[in-house]
Amino acid sequence: MTREFRDNGYDDWFDAVEEGEPYYLESPSGNGWLPPREIDPETGERELEEVELPDAGEIESFTRIEVATPQFADDAPFVVAVASFGPVRMTGQLRDVDEDDVEIGMPVEIGVERTETRDERVLVFRPR
Amino acid sequence: MTGEPVRVAGVGMTKFGKSSDRTGRELFAEASRKALEDAGVSTDDVEELFFGNFMGEFAELQGHQGPMAAAAAGITAPSVRVDSACASSGVAVRQGITRLRAGDADVVLVGGSERMTNLSTADATEALAAAADAMWEVRAGVTFPGAYSLMANAYFEQHGGDREDLAHVAVKNHANAVDNELAQFQKAIDVEDVLGAPTVASPFGLYDCSPISDGASAAVLVSEAFAEEHDLDAGIAITGAGQGSDELALHDRTSLTHTPAAERAAQQAYDDAGIGPDDVDVAEVHDCFTIAEVLALEALGFYGEGEAISAARNGETTIDGDLPVNLSGGLKAKGHPVGATGGAQISEMTKLLRGDHVNSDAVEDATVGLTHNAGGTVASAVVHVLEVVE
Repeated sequence: MTREFRDNGYDDWFDAVEEGEPYYLESPSGNGWLPPREIDPETGERELEEVELPDAGEIESFTRIEVATPQFADDAPFVVAVASFGPVRMTGQLRDVDEDDVEIGMPVEIGVERTETRDERVLVFRPR
Repeated sequence: MTGEPVRVAGVGMTKFGKSSDRTGRELFAEASRKALEDAGVSTDDVEELFFGNFMGEFAELQGHQGPMAAAAAGITAPSVRVDSACASSGVAVRQGITRLRAGDADVVLVGGSERMTNLSTADATEALAAAADAMWEVRAGVTFPGAYSLMANAYFEQHGGDREDLAHVAVKNHANAVDNELAQFQKAIDVEDVLGAPTVASPFGLYDCSPISDGASAAVLVSEAFAEEHDLDAGIAITGAGQGSDELALHDRTSLTHTPAAERAAQQAYDDAGIGPDDVDVAEVHDCFTIAEVLALEALGFYGEGEAISAARNGETTIDGDLPVNLSGGLKAKGHPVGATGGAQISEMTKLLRGDHVNSDAVEDATVGLTHNAGGTVASAVVHVLEVVE
């Protein structure tokens, strides 16, 4: 099913990344989260602020997915990674790098591309 | 949750496997009938039904499955569907225990059903992915094998270990299922089979993953007073129950390599039963992927962090090891109809401890068993302690 609606928080954040102004939500304790969040689930703090996302992230883990869901049928195989940018982690697809050259700890930057299968926005990481 | 033990009066399950024409309700009708017959309890005695199901809307366009399951079982008692992804029926069991302990009921029917093989692999993959964060993980292309692969690769980096260590988990669980007629795969495999299988999501090949399965499970749980009054043959009690939750998305957790929800569930269950990990004789754990068994053994306190990776390879968790794990074949070989899995663990563990499981002889002296059922990438976890009391 192709999504034909906007999701507050999620789509606003993708717009910001495309405009070159990525951010995350930070609680007074310094924990980082992706939107939408009203409360820091670890501390119970509600005063979350939009803070500029660090330019450089780091790969924490990755996998090459061969068997994909239907919305990525024509994209497979592809490499999915979890990367940390300061206090916030996120999941995206790795681009512009051969899988054999990927290492945990590798520095990356964030971007947005469109999927082959359904022309939908997808978060990507590129080597930095 | 602490309280009185409840008795497992009866258990039942369908054979797990591929029976794509059989509907979810038909599967549960069989499992619940077997459980009620095993218990010697009539449908009229059942006071509540807690029914686990995860992907009924995907597979059968069927929501509102509580009444559907009640009708299939032939009961008119209040019914509710429990969804905690692959932990759905484990959580249903815990809900039933809560009602018994509160004194609100003396007899509950618990279990679950899942029909999956009528879907294509791609559609089943999509349905299962709904147990992850639909916005922040699935839209990035995450699948369930993919999510657990992220955990496995982070584990290897942090603690060491390799694909061959994981392969021994699959080999062990397949070996345990060879004589289990309820299992999907009654077929032994070797390490070479696992390492040579096509990749699903690196590092996992096909044999690192539990299969897509159809099946149902059920158990009749009763209060001690009811068991005594009706002179039921119910020598197994659930003495401990615990449940934990965590962030839905893996990237929002404190670590990619351990599962705090399962740690919390285990601690609660141990405290409830008044035991510790050293007291457990036999365990059924949620091995949806080979790495999941490793993470479970560590969360349950059987091994320290980073130490369970070689447990199967060293023979510590094999049928003749110190702590036999997944004597049923586990999810890996018994099969994983997701909404039925937690109930099936209770069913298989009850039989193992009672002495009427095909692998009971391997744990003849066992008096304490543990079950560990997980949902998503362990955003939900439920642990039960079962003991021989008569």
